[in-house]
Amino acid sequence: MDLALLSGLVIAFGIAMYVILDGFDLGVGMLSAVLPQKEGERDLLIGSIAPVWDGNETWLVLGGAMLFAAFPLAYSILLPAWYVPLLVFLFALVFRGVAFEFRPRAHRKRVWEFGFAGGSFLAALAQGVMLGSFVEGFDLTGTAYEGGTWGWVSAFSVMSGAGVVAGYALLGAAWLVYKTEGELQDRCYRAARRLLAAVLAFVAAVSVWTPLAQPAIAERWFSWPNLLYFSPVPLLTGIVAWELWRALALRRERAPFVYTVALFLLSYAGLAVSTWPYAVPRALTIWDAASPPATQLFILVGVLLLLPLVLAYTIHTYRIFRGKASAGYE
Amino acid sequence: MEWDATLLSRIQFGFTLGFHILFPTLTIGLSGFLVILHGAWLYTAREEYLRLYRFWLKIFALGFGTGVVSGIVLSFEFGMNFARFSQATGNVLGPLLGYEVLMAFFLEASFLPIMLFGWGRVGPRLHFLATVMVALGTFLSAFWILAANSWMHTPAGFELRDGVFYVRDWWSVVFNPSFPYRLAHMLMASLLTAAFVIAGVSAWHLRRGVHAALARRALAVSILSAAVFAPAQILIGDLHGLQVARDQPVKVAAMEALWETTEAAPFVLVGWPDEAREANRFAVEIPYAASLILTHSPTGRVPGLDQAQAADRPHVPTVFFSFRVMLAIGFYFLFVAWTGLVLWWRGRLYDRAWFQRLCIAAIPLGFVAVIAGWLVVEVGRQPWVVHGMLRTADAASALEPSAVAGSLTLFVLAYLVLLGAFLAFAFRLASQGPETAVPPQARRLPRTVWRATP
Repeated sequence: MDLALLSGLVIAFGIAMYVILDGFDLGVGMLSAVLPQKEGERDLLIGSIAPVWDGNETWLVLGGAMLFAAFPLAYSILLPAWYVPLLVFLFALVFRGVAFEFRPRAHRKRVWEFGFAGGSFLAALAQGVMLGSFVEGFDLTGTAYEGGTWGWVSAFSVMSGAGVVAGYALLGAAWLVYKTEGELQDRCYRAARRLLAAVLAFVAAVSVWTPLAQPAIAERWFSWPNLLYFSPVPLLTGIVAWELWRALALRRERAPFVYTVALFLLSYAGLAVSTWPYAVPRALTIWDAASPPATQLFILVGVLLLLPLVLAYTIHTYRIFRGKASAGYE
Repeated sequence: MEWDATLLSRIQFGFTLGFHILFPTLTIGLSGFLVILHGAWLYTAREEYLRLYRFWLKIFALGFGTGVVSGIVLSFEFGMNFARFSQATGNVLGPLLGYEVLMAFFLEASFLPIMLFGWGRVGPRLHFLATVMVALGTFLSAFWILAANSWMHTPAGFELRDGVFYVRDWWSVVFNPSFPYRLAHMLMASLLTAAFVIAGVSAWHLRRGVHAALARRALAVSILSAAVFAPAQILIGDLHGLQVARDQPVKVAAMEALWETTEAAPFVLVGWPDEAREANRFAVEIPYAASLILTHSPTGRVPGLDQAQAADRPHVPTVFFSFRVMLAIGFYFLFVAWTGLVLWWRGRLYDRAWFQRLCIAAIPLGFVAVIAGWLVVEVGRQPWVVHGMLRTADAASALEPSAVAGSLTLFVLAYLVLLGAFLAFAFRLASQGPETAVPPQARRLPRTVWRATP
């Protein structure tokens, strides 16, 4: 049994869960700055994610802790390399998170509303920038990162940041289509259509730019027979995008969110194809960075026993709070 | 002292951790009281318990939210600021943090929303279960994070090869020598802190003559609990001290400011430990007391700071004074709790203004004691990050000092804003007090009550 591979899959699963679940939270957060027009609509938006945001964010902590446990070398290289964007991300999550508790009790709600929307935006942007710099790879001397404080800045990473902002906003809009009704829902449909166009433009840009900039990635995708194996990814992406567009046009309530998630998973799969099998791209594979079997086994036993339980009560919580959002929970 | 990335990272980690620990301290203890209040409501069907529960739940939620977000920061700071520590210890500590997430964080995150927003959506029994699960989550979180922290003080179950720790025995790693004491000490500290927050706020309500009926009940519950917790905490602290004297004698020597290994060592009540002269100035001492505490014999031999080179000692004044602050607060708690016990016995707990003032003064003290205690523990471990194995100087990331200085500045500014906001909102909630009537959807009691006695 390849333990490093199994740990890598667990981390990939955790990050995918985080991206989708906190992705729609952050998207709702960003949209809370622009969508509400009437009294109480912002409460409705925040109410749609208030019962679930904490659990959604926990997948990030799981990814971080698993990386520390299973790939300590990657953890200790990536995190200092991302010192600045990670800090922006963490500060943004802090202000986004406290806004849930602070805003309802504040006299000056605007301050915390700004923290909520701005925090969501910065968190999405910083994640995208880190993703972009991950795809670009890292220069190491031994196990030390050579890029300095600002090594993560590049045109590609900034574009990637903008792409994730658009993507999360789309997820948020699709979630809100499901959770709202009436005039507010109309605005969510319109926002989702525009955001879908933006997201598709970003997906296309990344798909062209990455293989052009990195011959290794071009080789991965376009050599035979890989071309055959991986061709379903772009094909399915096209089909899902078309179905999503139609679902929005036909004003279906649940389908847009499902298709948006599918779009995310396909992009995620595409990135996995491009970066496999690296834990620190172009420098360390998952096997180079893996902790010894005693450590991998100990944590994987916990994961295999506890993760089904976690999923079970996560689903249970979602079921309790299903249906249209309401603002006055307390 | 040079302002390099290591020192700045240490200050930043200490500051962000010190900020964070305030909130778990409150919420671990409060979650226990919430279980008691919810259980009392189910058992007696008296609405006053439900009103108290809903009141303290609001304060719990405020503290929990701030604790969650400030805790996420910490889980990334290990790697960001202490990359070489992470490389060396990831094999050992990584899984412990992983278990904390798997066992505790998801549990809390899934069941807290049911506590907060589940009224009318779930029945009272499932609501009670959610309360128990959240309390269990806070306990499990403390369990794993303190296992990891304790291992840094009393590392066990590993072998060190080429500067990297490899695990030989997980049981020894988790249940390392200082872990049971530290876990008990921290849980008790949290319960005591929460008890005195409840007692103080209730006493404040009584002094203002508002919410009197509920405040009496809450004051009785919290003071009677504290009357048990306070002496228990002193006993646990004593046992913990004996363990530290065995495993980290230099730390204990710094706590006592004992410069030379001595038989019949006195306890320095107050004084100024002068590191340059290796002696205490203005010392007021109790003869034989340190030997008595640490060896349980008046003439026992207590190792002094002279057992270690000056470079291998912690900063003595910090450890010395923090320890005394913690001790003083511990004994203040004992005094207030037992005074309250006597008043309660005589039926006078609710109408003594001076006692109410003592309780109100105790509101912030639990937090101060916890910060002081952590300063003793963590500064006392220096210059090691893993005691005797890995030096703090060899633990930090190769960051530019300017980057860490910038992040530290931002953390100080942001956290001061958050702390100010938290205190303002907590004060507002506490001053509003419990609601006068419980909304109908929260009162559903059909046949789910264990013993309905209206």
